[in-house]
This record gives sequence, structure tokens and C-alpha cells, in this order.
Amino acid sequence: MKKLMLGNEAFARGLYEAGVTVASSYPGTPSTEITEYTAKYDEVYAEWAPNEKVAMEVAIGASIAGSRAFCAMKHVGLNVAADPLYTVSYTGVNAGLVIAVADDPGMHSSQNEQDSRHHAIASKVMMIEPSDSAECKDWVKKAYDLSEEFDTPVIVRMCTRVAHSQSSVELCDRVEPAQKEYVKNAQKYVMVPANAKVRHPFVEERTEKIRKYSENCEFNKVIDNGGKIGIITSGISYQYAREAMGDKASYLKLGIVNPLPVELIKDFCAKYETVYVIEELDDIIETHCKALGLDVKGKELFGYIGEFSQAVVAEKLLGEKNEFASFPENVPVRPPVMCAGCPHRGLFYCLSKNKVTVSGDIGCYTLGASAPLSSIDTTICMGASISALHGMNKARGAEFEKKSVAVIGDSTFMHSGITGLVNIAYNATNSTVIILDNSITGMTGHQQNPTTGKNLKGDPAAAVNLEELCKAVGIKRVRVVDPYNLAETEAAIKEELAAEEPSVIISRRPCALLKYVQHKPALKVVNDKCKGCKMCLKLGCPAISVKNGKAVIEHTQCVGCGICTEVCKFDAISE
Amino acid sequence: MNTKSIMIVGVGGQGSLLASRLIGNVLLAQGYDVKVSEVHGMSQRGGSVVTYVKYGDEVFSPVIEKGEADVIISFELLEAARWVPYLKKGGKLITSTQTLDPMPVITGAAEYPAEIVSKLEALGITVTAIDALKLAEEAGNAKASNVVLMGKVASQTDFDDKLWQDAIEQCVPPKFLELNKKAFELGKNA
Repeated sequence: MKKLMLGNEAFARGLYEAGVTVASSYPGTPSTEITEYTAKYDEVYAEWAPNEKVAMEVAIGASIAGSRAFCAMKHVGLNVAADPLYTVSYTGVNAGLVIAVADDPGMHSSQNEQDSRHHAIASKVMMIEPSDSAECKDWVKKAYDLSEEFDTPVIVRMCTRVAHSQSSVELCDRVEPAQKEYVKNAQKYVMVPANAKVRHPFVEERTEKIRKYSENCEFNKVIDNGGKIGIITSGISYQYAREAMGDKASYLKLGIVNPLPVELIKDFCAKYETVYVIEELDDIIETHCKALGLDVKGKELFGYIGEFSQAVVAEKLLGEKNEFASFPENVPVRPPVMCAGCPHRGLFYCLSKNKVTVSGDIGCYTLGASAPLSSIDTTICMGASISALHGMNKARGAEFEKKSVAVIGDSTFMHSGITGLVNIAYNATNSTVIILDNSITGMTGHQQNPTTGKNLKGDPAAAVNLEELCKAVGIKRVRVVDPYNLAETEAAIKEELAAEEPSVIISRRPCALLKYVQHKPALKVVNDKCKGCKMCLKLGCPAISVKNGKAVIEHTQCVGCGICTEVCKFDAISE
Repeated sequence: MNTKSIMIVGVGGQGSLLASRLIGNVLLAQGYDVKVSEVHGMSQRGGSVVTYVKYGDEVFSPVIEKGEADVIISFELLEAARWVPYLKKGGKLITSTQTLDPMPVITGAAEYPAEIVSKLEALGITVTAIDALKLAEEAGNAKASNVVLMGKVASQTDFDDKLWQDAIEQCVPPKFLELNKKAFELGKNA
């Protein structure tokens, strides 16, 4: 049966068909749906871990214990999980272990554009790269066989356009490989220096074995259309090249991107007058070719930045450009914004009003950086808000402490914020940390986390008590505010900034998009009372605009949160 | 046949994912090779969102570039203006007349262009504009304007109505089925 499936959904199907029984991941666009779809198969145990390092370690444990195991993360998540990755390369596996990492060229939803292939090379782990949904499913299944055959974890590299594109997939039945026996084997799994010294040569030999395999395997495919132009490519770049060039070029489509073949590439290059390497982000294949002494063209034409497309390839290789007509006037940009009713808005309004320096983090609340709130000063990576605030305060001292806070979501706090807070308590700055607890992992599309009281399947689970946790690490001043109550929120911020000790404010209200959140009717502007002062516009609410000098509330968007009634001095907004 | 390209554009939260899934399923049932490309994550939070649907004998790239779309379906007027460069010469534009001010317009940093439909027509583009929001509210929920627009798309294509009905049944949760079927009919007859 053929079915239209997202790359991520097909990936999950591949896990199911391969007989995977344990999956542990942390959400991150564009990888999230792999694990969500996996959780729909009752045969697979799937969970959200607090962060990617934990997720990978869970999967490693399951593999060592004898079950086919899986973990997924976005590209920056692999940095968090890099520590176990580099050593599981040495231990190898018992039952198959597959790691999904999803890159985000073009940064649709990411803070950088890193190329995960560097991690595969540096950790000496096999990496494969599918180019559509059918390959996602089929290759994931084969990856488990290869993992067991070569005694290696296998990384499957996804990217936004493969993960979030649907194409047709042929469904197969699940195979149920027998659980492998668990036998204690300290030489293989206890990576103390004496044992690791024995495993490192194994890793080097394994790389050579996989390289030999890659010279002639179903993952690496030559499409010979004759002619003078050869293109070496992989993943989504293959699809762009193939659409742009059709039969005008021949292709070497690489499915195994680490280790790269040698003879296959040399033979391919020998057949064509000009060989181009088309790969998004970094010049991994190109550098490999050049190290082999091959004359190929790549980054000099295509560069290192952003996504490619068929149009990019056609322009660079054929000099062709499409004709098009543009709208004759400036079209205002439409950046993402915090939703109407977003509980973060009230908090950022108070921070912005009081000109507080804000050390930011990763999540929906990063949108607090956008105008008109323009509240956030820094965003680096998951958890950095708290630790960087401590650094800022150590650098600039008491006056700075009284005008600066960290903001971090509930899920991000559990991911890697807690260690920063331990550091604040232990190494003593009078830092003020605000946990924006909206009872869900928001930006990635509503995933449960250790604070929500539910697990990935939606069943009841133990919930971390944030107040008690903060107190337990040594923060004495911990208080909870409702960010819909601006007066209370502002007062709490002022008091905690003034306090001569570290403090945590938990700004608590569930995400307005959660299904169980009851919305109030849309609010209305009383035209007679509205003076057109535009105070309400300072909230940056997408439901409020000013037309003909009076505020207008868009009834399809407003959820009646009411914070605009608190900023309106003329009582002009009512139910 | 050559690959055909349809773009669905709108504002995050307007339901373009459901619309693209409906079309994708109709095309797959029709026997085409289909690719549908979506963007999730940050841009879904009220930003400009675009979904690509491509179909033909064999589709390679899932994305659509400037000057390539045979049809653009827009849920909002400013988005129609933004994405019109992606339309092929002679391509069709089907748009809802709904307007949603983006943040630069709300803050007064930019102005929402006036008379968008006539300015698009002046470019030589065939524009079909319907008040999908009003029809969706008539069907029972403003959120169904995505399915209203799909009804309009169905009326301009020659795919069997049964395929559309099947796709709606596949993609819409049972409790919203009647509402969406009504929205689809209203769009078809608009």
C-alpha cells in the first residue's frame, strides 16, 4: 500500500518495521515528529528525555542490553549529546543503534546552520543521508542491519526539506528480531583507558571496512546519462540537481556520507569532463575529492550559506533564470510573533517597560526579542540564559545585577537550565532567574516534559515541582506570578531585582494554544473611550491594531486574555 | 507529464498544513507522484508560511522557486502579494480576501498596501478572490476558511469530487467532519 508520508513519519515507520523497541529523544525542529509518530506504534516504547544527552545514553543502554534502539535530535542537540556519541563509537553496539540528527539549512527554526556531518567524521561514526520519505523508511531499516554488522552506531542525517516533505512510501510489515543476549563484556563497554586503547584500533579498522562497503553498495548510486557533466551530491541536494539538470548531467548520489568512498568517486570523476559537487552547508564531499587530487567545482559556485534549490542549480550550471512578476509596492515583512493570549507577553511587557537587560534562551519566548517588546539581549543555546546571566553579573557587579534577569522556559530549564541555577547558588551572584512555565514544550509543537505531569503517550507521569527544585539547589527566594496580572508581575520583578540574594520567579500560565485552555470571548474597543494613544500596541499583540486613529481588536484572533485592559488608561477595552 | 506546482501561502495558524494534505491526498489518489513540503516550528507562530505541492510522473525537488508555480492559493491578501513572484507566467491565483496586519503594520513601521487584488490583476494575473472567512463562519467556524478555499480550488480543477470527499474524511477528525464538508461546499459554490 502506498501512502503519502512526511519524511519524519516514514522514518518512524522504518523504526517500527526494523523492530525497534526503545526510543528516547528530545524535541527539536525539524526532528520532533519522528519520535511523535514512533510513539503511535504500541510495539515501540518511546519517551521524551530531559535533553539529548540523556536520550542518547538511554538508547545506548538499550542497545547494550540487547534491543534495537533509537534517539532523535536536531543538529544543535547533537552538540549536547556529543559526549556519549564520541565514546559509543568506541564501544560499538550489541543490538542496532540508530541516531537521527536533523539539520536546518536556511535556519527555518534554529539558532545556527551547523553541518552535522562534522560530528560523524570527528566521532568516526557511519552516517547515511536519505533524500525523500521512501529512502527514510527503507534506509533506516537497513541502518539497523549495518549497525549490527559493523558494530557501530549509525547516524541518519535529515534536513528540513526531507523531514518536512511528504512523498509516497510503500509500507511493509514489522520484523521482530529476537532480543540479543546481554553478556557482561567490560573490555567492550567499560571505556577506561586500558580498554579504550584496544577499542580505538577497532574503530579505525571499522571505518576502513565501511569505506570498502561504500565503494559498492545500494546507498551510493551512479545515474549515468553520458554527456560531459558529472555531479556528485547527496540528500536533498540530489533532488535539486536532478530537477534542474535532468538528463543533461550524470550523477553520483551518495547515500553514505561518512565514510566517503574513494574508488567510486575517482572512477566517476574520470568519466566526465567537468565534475561539480553539490552539497548544502559545508564542503565535506568537495574537500574529500580534492584530497584525492580530483579536480571538482563546488563551493566556488554554490557557497556555504542557506538552502539550495533547482533554481540555484540551474542558474549556476546553466545560466538560466525564471521570469516572474513582482507586486509593485513594498510588501511589509511578517515575522513570527507571540500568539494572541500568549502568557509570555505580559512578562516581557513588564521587562521592557522597566528596561531590564534580559539574558534569553531557546523557545517561543525568544520572540520576546521582536519589536515592539524588543526585550531580549542575548540568545545563544539551550540553558545559556541562566549561566550567561551569572557571567554578566560577575563581570559587571552589583549595579548590573539589579537591572538584569534570565528568562527560560519550563522545558528548557529541565533540559540544561538547572545546572546554571546550581552555579548561581553555589558561586553566589544576586541573579534573578525567571522560569516561564507554560506547562508544555511550546515552540516545537506541544511536547510533554518532566514538569507537565504527562509522558509522551499522554499518560500520567511524575511531575517535577519547580519551586521545590529551585529551593533544593539553594535558592531561598522562589515565588510564582500570573503573567496575565501585570501589576503583580511587575511588582515581583522589581522586588526580586532589589533583593540582596539570588531569586527565581516562576511566571506560570499554560500556553494559550493548549486544547484544555478555555478562552474568553474576544474583547472589543469602546470607540467613544479610545483616545488613540496606542498604549495597547506596546504589547505587540497580533489581535490589536489601530485603524482610523482608534484601536481595533481582530475578533478571530483575540482570546480575551485581558492584558490590554490593564494597560489601557481610558477603560476603552471591554468584554 | 511535466511536474505541476501549487503553492499554499498564508499566516501561521491559518491551517495551510491541512489544506496541503487534502490536495496531496487527492493527487496521490489520482495516481500522480506527489511531494508536499511544509515548514514547522518558529514560522508557524503567526509568521508568513508557505507550503509547496508538486505532482507529475516523477517529482524530484519538493520546493517551488520564483516563476515556477502553476497555482498559488493564498489565505490572506498581503501573503498573495508577497508570494506572487513565485507564480509562473499565465499562472492562477486563488485568494481569500481576509487581511491580517503583520507586526510592522501594527507598530506603524509599515503600511498595509491598498487595493491588492486590482494591483495583482494589473500584473496580468488571473485572480479569483473570495471571502473565505465569511463563508467559514457561515459553515460554523472561522478556522474552516482553509477548507472553503480548497472547495474553490476543487471547482477550478477537474478531479473527481469523491477524491476530495475521501481526502477530507482522511485528514479531518470525525467531530469536525460535517463542518468541514459544509465549508468545502460553500467554497465550491462561491
